[in-house]
Amino acid sequence: MAKNQYKLVTCTINGREVEKMVDVRASLTDMLRNDFSLTSVKKGCEVGECGACNVLIDGECFNSCLYLAVWAEGKNITTLEGLTGPNGELSDIQQAFIDETAIQCGFCTPGFIMTAVEILNRGVEYSDDELRKLLSGHLCRCTGYENIFKAVKKTMLRRLGKLDDPYLNT
Amino acid sequence: MYDMLALYEATSVADAIALRLEHPEAQIIAGGTDVLVQMREGKRAGKALISIQKLDEMRGVTIDEEENIRIGSLTSFTHITSDPIIQKYINVLGEAVDMVGGPQIRNAGTIGGNTCNGVTSADSASTLHAWEAMVEITGKNGVRRIPIRDFYIKAGQVDLKVEEGEIQTAILIPKASYDRTYGHYIKYAMRNAMDIATLGTSVNARLSADGKTFERVRIAFGVAGPVPMRATNAEAFINGKEVTLANIEEFGRKVLEDINPRDSWRASKAFRSHIAVESAKRCLIESVKLAGGEL
Repeated sequence: MAKNQYKLVTCTINGREVEKMVDVRASLTDMLRNDFSLTSVKKGCEVGECGACNVLIDGECFNSCLYLAVWAEGKNITTLEGLTGPNGELSDIQQAFIDETAIQCGFCTPGFIMTAVEILNRGVEYSDDELRKLLSGHLCRCTGYENIFKAVKKTMLRRLGKLDDPYLNT
Repeated sequence: MYDMLALYEATSVADAIALRLEHPEAQIIAGGTDVLVQMREGKRAGKALISIQKLDEMRGVTIDEEENIRIGSLTSFTHITSDPIIQKYINVLGEAVDMVGGPQIRNAGTIGGNTCNGVTSADSASTLHAWEAMVEITGKNGVRRIPIRDFYIKAGQVDLKVEEGEIQTAILIPKASYDRTYGHYIKYAMRNAMDIATLGTSVNARLSADGKTFERVRIAFGVAGPVPMRATNAEAFINGKEVTLANIEEFGRKVLEDINPRDSWRASKAFRSHIAVESAKRCLIESVKLAGGEL
């Protein structure tokens, strides 16, 4: 049996620079949950299929279960906790999930929202088909996909100043 | 926690080669979307890993001094799809790798990993075969380049010599291959996301200046045999022929002389053969349209 191996990782998590000794066997999910108590990062399938552990790394979405914690060295990581304002104000996409009832048990929600953030930050107006494809890396077992889709689409259009679809406004 | 014996992190290509010579039993890990899943499954549990994830010099798409399109082996699928060089010269490769897994997997997964796996169903593999890509391999004795067809030895095994400390460092598309050439890829799978191809078909065509003759058509399949393969009889039939639907029909039928799909729980041999004929035709029709030909 090999000796335990640890490595010092320096990275930025939700805008704060942090330093942590991590076990090389740890996934980024392990590190974010256990060392930083960021429990929005869910442990779902742990093989990169469900998207519940999704976080932003340098602005791109990754399933943190398939990302070694030591790879976080020098990276800028954002989890759902990083979206809220200084007094706990919700971001527009979080509010949209509530408004559209795009939640049920809530387990898939943080992962979905982080993918939505990546999509919305590009400032592009996507078609419905494109949006569905961009959201396809997440599983929702309460089958709330339609409301999730509406929450993301509505926020996209609102940010672009184009929220005038009568169906979406209902 | 992963059931991992040890992790060796390479800091440069030279370092990766040295680590490979020092730990020949260790598995190379790049994006992690296959290796870590296999480790979790138990297939690679308890193994040592050499991580090349941090070798940023192996990322990105460029055109080199010989006018090859050079894709660093660690370039992610997402970055290939969004790259302007890829979009301009070999857009079909960007489209093909945009069908791998889901968005997060495409941000993490690399084209090097997709090919080094030696898996026939890899979405990049049929297109790279159809465009006669060259594989750049770097080892202790320097760099060698081999055609992708020779890189695949058998299912799950590629031509990387551990005793030479070799790793794949880039994939090259020669100018003679991409010049005036347009292609299309069809992934046939049960679902639109998070699925593995039942059959992958990649076709590209170069037409004569008047758009009436097939100057060069190349076709490759994934999952039509143990490794990705070209359909050489079909190619030999269509090259030099007139651009007509009748010829394309015959081209589709000809692929049955080349392929050797198997029965598996995903699909039967008969079904795979059927969609191979149909996909070959549809891909070629689409390629003709992209090349500005008329049907």
